[in-house]
Amino acid sequence: MQASDLFRQMARARAFEDALAALWRGGHISGEMHLGTGEEGVAAGVAACLRSGDAVALDHRPTPVLAVLGVDLAAMLREMLGREDGLQRGRAGHMHLMSRAHLAAASGIVGSSGPLGAGFALAARALRPGSVSVAFFGDGAMNQGMLLETLNLAAAWRLPLVLVCKDNGWAITTRSESVTGGSLTERAAAFGLPAADVDGADATAVARVAGEAVERARRGKGATFLRARVSRIEGHYLGDALVRAGRAPIAEGRELLGAVTSAALASTGGGVGARAASVFRLLNLMRLARRQDRDSKADPLERARRKLPDGEAARLEEEAAAEVERAVEAALGVEPGTGAPGGIT
Amino acid sequence: MARMKFGAAIDAAVAEAMALDPRVVLLGEDVHAIRAPLFARFGPGRVLAAPISEAAFLGAAVGAAMAGLRPVAELMLVDFIGSCLDALLNQAAKIADFTAGDWRVPLVARATCGGGYGDGGQHEQALWGLLAGIPGLTVVVPSTPADAHGLMASALRSEDPVVFLEHKLLSEAWLEWLGRGGRDTVAFDVPEAGAEGEVTPGEVVPIGRAAVRRPGRDVTVVSLAVGVHRAIAAAERLASEGIECEVLDLRTVRPLDREAIAASVARTRRLLVVDEDYREFGLSGEVAAAALEAGLAPRFARVCLEGTIPYARHLEKAALPNAERIAVAVRSLCR
Repeated sequence: MQASDLFRQMARARAFEDALAALWRGGHISGEMHLGTGEEGVAAGVAACLRSGDAVALDHRPTPVLAVLGVDLAAMLREMLGREDGLQRGRAGHMHLMSRAHLAAASGIVGSSGPLGAGFALAARALRPGSVSVAFFGDGAMNQGMLLETLNLAAAWRLPLVLVCKDNGWAITTRSESVTGGSLTERAAAFGLPAADVDGADATAVARVAGEAVERARRGKGATFLRARVSRIEGHYLGDALVRAGRAPIAEGRELLGAVTSAALASTGGGVGARAASVFRLLNLMRLARRQDRDSKADPLERARRKLPDGEAARLEEEAAAEVERAVEAALGVEPGTGAPGGIT
Repeated sequence: MARMKFGAAIDAAVAEAMALDPRVVLLGEDVHAIRAPLFARFGPGRVLAAPISEAAFLGAAVGAAMAGLRPVAELMLVDFIGSCLDALLNQAAKIADFTAGDWRVPLVARATCGGGYGDGGQHEQALWGLLAGIPGLTVVVPSTPADAHGLMASALRSEDPVVFLEHKLLSEAWLEWLGRGGRDTVAFDVPEAGAEGEVTPGEVVPIGRAAVRRPGRDVTVVSLAVGVHRAIAAAERLASEGIECEVLDLRTVRPLDREAIAASVARTRRLLVVDEDYREFGLSGEVAAAALEAGLAPRFARVCLEGTIPYARHLEKAALPNAERIAVAVRSLCR
């Protein structure tokens, strides 16, 4: 896989996520919107190793992988706009995007992609020998029982499964390290699975280790666990209150900070030390949530840009932006080139 | 009396209990953030942020309750009960029966429920019928800030496990977190009387007692949570047509206030259940059974959720009980 091919896919996925953000802000997409901005290196790197007949089980951030796998962008957009002509006729929304043709299915229940992926692997072995399954999930899901059970099942049944943990360091508003014992990779290894760490911002590195894991699964040698470190560029979901409070404490965080301060000063409650520990922890979380990783070296797009010849990245990003713009216009039913309504730029 | 929002009224009851009783602890995912004021006031030793491990922390809450604490376990969304039902179904609900009442489980499982903000079929379910089907559990679902406060106060005093469900359309913070996200480009059909109201701090609302929200002679409309407000809206519309609905707010699903249902139905002889939970094998059928078992044979109809909640806002609106569907059902009962 050429670096430029990986970058093309990452650029498509990023342009798609950015279009989703604009549509959500404009009120065209309802409910929560969990973007995979920052996970494009994992999506592109893993998907580059897959072929027709392979299956993917996805979590609540499914769109980068689906975009890279070639699911119709306009159909996905129409789905998230709640339209009858959407991918799933407006029944699902982003957390439950599914394409039977691609053997790809997402779920909004943390950890559930593990057992689903194991089932996909079981069917692959029985019905499509040489095919594999990939389950994507986050580090938060690594503390979910059903996922830990899946690690064991995958090892015990030697399933043709690649378990991809996208480790962004967060479990919603909780720092994973504060609620996780031991190392995730060592945990998987303890189940008897080969386990590797990879920099998820480096799509080439992801493609290399995922390629080995996929080949191993194709040859009937069993499952592999990959931990890919990624960045959560847009918070847990768009409009993440912790991110907003961290980035604009006066405008967005005033209410939260006011409530916290007056509660910490209440006449009854914990000791001074306990209260101080709580307030310090909250302020620290706001500081961490505030981080802007876009276009830094934690951003897989920026990392890949630096490796490409002059002008190449810009050209591929323009192509991706144009493709996504056409998809948005097609989804909204706008005449090409006349612009889109409702806060979409 | 104080004017309070729905979620704040619940938190005020929790704060009161925590201030009075050091055995009351709060645990669950992200509680440092979603209950930040409680976290700041009582410290990380009593407000414990848990990993995304519902089976472990809800199960641990059962053990903690058996061994002397009085935990409030927060599950975020009741939909997530799918990954930890054992803690309630096979543990919390059965301990008292297994010990002939000797060992009790003073646990409050708090979760949000309900739809109307476009979050789809895995995040908007009601599921109170499913949980209320388990003997040994108490399930409360308030529709006003006063009841939310008073029922949480009751739940915290209970020696047995209580599932406390708060509807997200009523709960200001949850609607902001999951629905609005700081946007002014989205709108929700929030019942004002349910989202904010007068609360008497410290006042306890008894578990197991329904409340008549609107008296009427023609049709008994039994509902709970947001459904109560939809029923009242429909009743006001129907009054102009000469049909008077009695709106009964269950407030507690289990134990069901069978006497209140029977007393109203005995007068109206018509019964409509408005239930945001699934139609079949649930609360609406149980309410019908309560009337039948009281020797009554009312004309009966129900406005419920028929299947998986669709994501698209217009489909979601049609799927959840709304005033139009309620009015149509009431008219058909009066025909």
